[in-house]
Amino acid sequence: MADQLNKMASMVAKGAMSRREFNTRAAALGASSVLASSMLASAARADTPVKGGTLIAGIQGGESTNSLDPALAASDVPFMVNSTWGEMLVDVDNGELKMRMAEEVSSNADATQWMFKIRQGVEFHDGKTMTAEDVVATLMRHTGDEAASGAQGIVKGIKEMKAEGDMVTLTLESANADLPFLMADYHLVIQPGGGVDNPAAGNGTGAYKIVANEPGVRHTFERHANYWDSESAHADNVEIFVINDNTARTAALQSGQIHMMNRVDPKIAELLKGTEGVTIERAAGPGHYVFIMRCDAAPFDNNDLRMALKLGINRAELVEKVLGGMGSPGNDFPINAAYPLFDSSIAQREYDPAAAAEFYKKSGHDGSPIVLQVAPGAFPGAVDAANLFAASANAAGIPLTIKLEPDDGYWSNVWNVAPFCASYWGGRPVQDQMYSTAYLSSAEWNDTAYRDPAFDALLVAGRGELDSAKRKGIYSQAANMLRDNGGLICPMFNDWVEARSNTVGGWISNPAGTLMDGKALRRCWVMA
Amino acid sequence: MKMPFSAMLGIFLTSSFVFLAVFAQFLAPYSITEASGGVWEGPSATHWLGTDTIGRDIFSRLIYGGQITIFVALASSVLAFSVGSFFGFMAAVRGGWADQIMSRIVDLMMAIPSLIVALVILSVLPLNLTVLILVIGLLDSTRVFRLSRAVAMDIAVMDYVEAAKLRGERQTWVIFREILPNALSPLVAEFGLRFIFAVLFISTLSFLGLGIQPPLADWGGMVKENKDGLVYGKSAALMPAFAIAALAISVNLVADWILSRTTSLKGGRGG
Amino acid sequence: MHPVLKLVVQRLALGLVLLLAVSAVIFLGIEALPGDTAQAILGQAATEVSLANLREKLGLNEPALTRYFVWLWAALHGDLGVALTNGVDIATAIGQRFGNTLFLAGCAAVISVPLAITLGLVAARYNGRWPDKVISGLTLTTISLPEFVAAYFVIFLLTQVFPIFQPVAMVFPGMSFWAKLNAVALPVIVLVMVVLAHMMRMTRAAILNVMQSAYIETAELKGLTPMQVIWRHAFPNAIAPIVSVVILNLAYLVVGVVVVEVVFGYNALGQYLVDHVTKRDLPVVQAVGMIFAAVYIGLNILADVISIGANPRLRHPK
Repeated sequence: MADQLNKMASMVAKGAMSRREFNTRAAALGASSVLASSMLASAARADTPVKGGTLIAGIQGGESTNSLDPALAASDVPFMVNSTWGEMLVDVDNGELKMRMAEEVSSNADATQWMFKIRQGVEFHDGKTMTAEDVVATLMRHTGDEAASGAQGIVKGIKEMKAEGDMVTLTLESANADLPFLMADYHLVIQPGGGVDNPAAGNGTGAYKIVANEPGVRHTFERHANYWDSESAHADNVEIFVINDNTARTAALQSGQIHMMNRVDPKIAELLKGTEGVTIERAAGPGHYVFIMRCDAAPFDNNDLRMALKLGINRAELVEKVLGGMGSPGNDFPINAAYPLFDSSIAQREYDPAAAAEFYKKSGHDGSPIVLQVAPGAFPGAVDAANLFAASANAAGIPLTIKLEPDDGYWSNVWNVAPFCASYWGGRPVQDQMYSTAYLSSAEWNDTAYRDPAFDALLVAGRGELDSAKRKGIYSQAANMLRDNGGLICPMFNDWVEARSNTVGGWISNPAGTLMDGKALRRCWVMA
Repeated sequence: MKMPFSAMLGIFLTSSFVFLAVFAQFLAPYSITEASGGVWEGPSATHWLGTDTIGRDIFSRLIYGGQITIFVALASSVLAFSVGSFFGFMAAVRGGWADQIMSRIVDLMMAIPSLIVALVILSVLPLNLTVLILVIGLLDSTRVFRLSRAVAMDIAVMDYVEAAKLRGERQTWVIFREILPNALSPLVAEFGLRFIFAVLFISTLSFLGLGIQPPLADWGGMVKENKDGLVYGKSAALMPAFAIAALAISVNLVADWILSRTTSLKGGRGG
Repeated sequence: MHPVLKLVVQRLALGLVLLLAVSAVIFLGIEALPGDTAQAILGQAATEVSLANLREKLGLNEPALTRYFVWLWAALHGDLGVALTNGVDIATAIGQRFGNTLFLAGCAAVISVPLAITLGLVAARYNGRWPDKVISGLTLTTISLPEFVAAYFVIFLLTQVFPIFQPVAMVFPGMSFWAKLNAVALPVIVLVMVVLAHMMRMTRAAILNVMQSAYIETAELKGLTPMQVIWRHAFPNAIAPIVSVVILNLAYLVVGVVVVEVVFGYNALGQYLVDHVTKRDLPVVQAVGMIFAAVYIGLNILADVISIGANPRLRHPK
């Protein structure tokens, strides 16, 4: 009952439920009116931002090699640090566009030209005012041929960029109905002059200014006095501690050394739940763990063998044992309900040893070991998952064996090279981007070497299609093609599992990324 | 001479470990890969020591893990001692340039932290048991070299060694007949410790993601797999940790006993 | 020149040559690793174009030999350069972290070395009796746990069950000495546990070995108490192996505590080095490797000098 009451009380505080309705429902639950009103009061307190104080996050995924250059950000700590000192044109919040450095977005009729109206009077930390020229320079830096940026693949479809007054106009090579969502990519932090002179200066328009930058140790910030958004930046100071060890990070949260942490091991979440003063925050995001077969390499160039392996994996067991139940089974295409226009009617593929054995026989494989390469860092629990996969496949008579690779060099030497290995995807804000990043014939990251002109044509058609019912049909078709012919084995989508101290207010889950998609320090506050 | 209780305990435990390791295939109730229970179950009649992170039987994995742990640690310590003490004595007896060259090569090897060296080597070479043993053994042999050289240096200036040299004995004769017996006690004490260090080094390599191939696991790797539950009172990680400690202690009880025997053998005054 | 002084000078000169050799070996080692800095930085996000661009920017297209000598030349002039990965000045970054490394190693050494030697002497004095057995048993137990198990155990015990210390042991400039001591308490406890047994056992074994000698019997016949015999006659003669082991452990405290640093998030050199090995960041690996090597070589010269100083036969060679 208390849970339900709490939830309702916070809905009242957020304005999603009336007081009157709350009182009626609370009475129906058998709560005394004293209890109900006290809960309401504490919920209101919890939802009223408290100004001041220091908010500390303990985060895994930082090294002493990290840079403040947004183009190079790849792991959780740089992601969080950059989101704290900088902002993008837009954010994606639970599938919706939120305007940040842009105030308004519009397009021409066939979605080949996009106009962004830039917010006026926004100041960088060094006191300069942000202009449309800064925005264009930023995008240019990530696009140019000499750029070394993680966002290069995202912005390369832009043919022309123009800044006129407070307007930025982007002309595309071909139609893309999703372009504004791409501008939320965390590499595209707006920097003065595009950050060309000093990309790692850490000078941005974000809520907090950098005070101490000690990569791999900690990053400390103070509030940006002239921050434009009065709805956020509640704490006076925020700090990020890099704590890569799971056990130490959890212990630090429990002992009050930090206020929030990312990456709670699902098995630990179950145990941590019982701890006083700590709340587990879950969000069902688009991230997924995968085993990838290259469709152009023997023996995986045989679709019957691919089907045998897809049927020989026990998804329910993996979700249960590797994710501790904190996730959902995948269906061998990279999309789930976290995406707009998802077709939930596609049948869920199950573990079927008999069918797997049949496909295996049909494939005519010579019985030599099928080697799956995996490293502990491929995704959390990767080795466990691979072991379970091997056991369930062996039970269906498929000679699957595992080869352990060191984490060191895994992404350069094994991923996208080896014919069969483990990997993960963090997901993308929209379906098209996910498919275009990894399944288009010409994509750099086509790690399954899936090349199908019909599939490519579908994607192009989807981009130009502005009617959402028709688009949904197109993506459903694409999903089915990949599910039945692709090289992707997608056994599970992982939830973001994070934890915060109960003294932290303002937490709103955002499945797009870790720690409220990087906004936790900006939007949360500490209660005294 | 009567064998003390601690030595008997040590011999008993060590031989039980060896017995379990040698006959692992016949003794383990489950296979090493089979997920036969739920995640982190406590000890029960079906799983004597409970289950691990993905529901595999810990008792069975301990037995198989012991086989690998003992084999790798023993092989690498023996390698380290043969190589290290031979060259160490040689350096002490020969002195001069031979000593200088060997000592500097060892200094060079030791001057680079062994973990880093192992990290570099293991990520280039294929990960298998032979490579692992060679890497651990050779890295460890530098430590043995230094110790045996230091011990032998003190012995080499003793009058009886100089007398042997003056008699015209060959160097190998001096090493094996004069130096070795007199250097044995500190070396035996060191062997016990080196064996534990080998066990710990393997587990540290596993901790950093290099080591034994799955689904096999050494005890250190098992500790690592299960360590996250430790803070919440899940005993799974304690079992392999306890096994490491028990093995280490029993090996050292035996080493201590041998140490006290070799010292009494020298005839002086019994312990 | 006095023979001991001559030996020290000789060793120092050799040490410098050794350092040069170490730099070459590290360079070759990193070169031999698969992948390069550009790939390591971009990780999963690498594309052909961005890889090529980054390589060009970092100067990775120069031949290896050129890069080595360019680095060596600059290093000899005291310029360690900047990290390839994030452009941070290496000398600055290392300065602070090396201080932290020495602080942690120093704290652990100040506790463990006297404690180990005292325990070793006591164990030798009561050889085979209960104090010996208790000491030997306890130290065997502490050394028998892998470092990370010991670390998690003290985290569990001293931050959760008895919340005395904090699990994350970072130290920053500007912290008071006491605050720093409080922060490193847990790693120091773990390190003391790890190095204690080795030194204690060697002390005990070396003393017992010397106790067989005839002059000890003479000393006993003179009527000295057992502790006096050990302290005045046995200990000075057992110093060589003891010093050798103590130095090994001191070196370990400086260069080998990566695991403890990782677990407690302690910002010292080991973690810094491992991060940069993973990213193939050669200038940093070189710089840290050289520091570790220099510490090691220096400590060893010290060990040799002490051994010679303690042994009259070596002090005055015939």
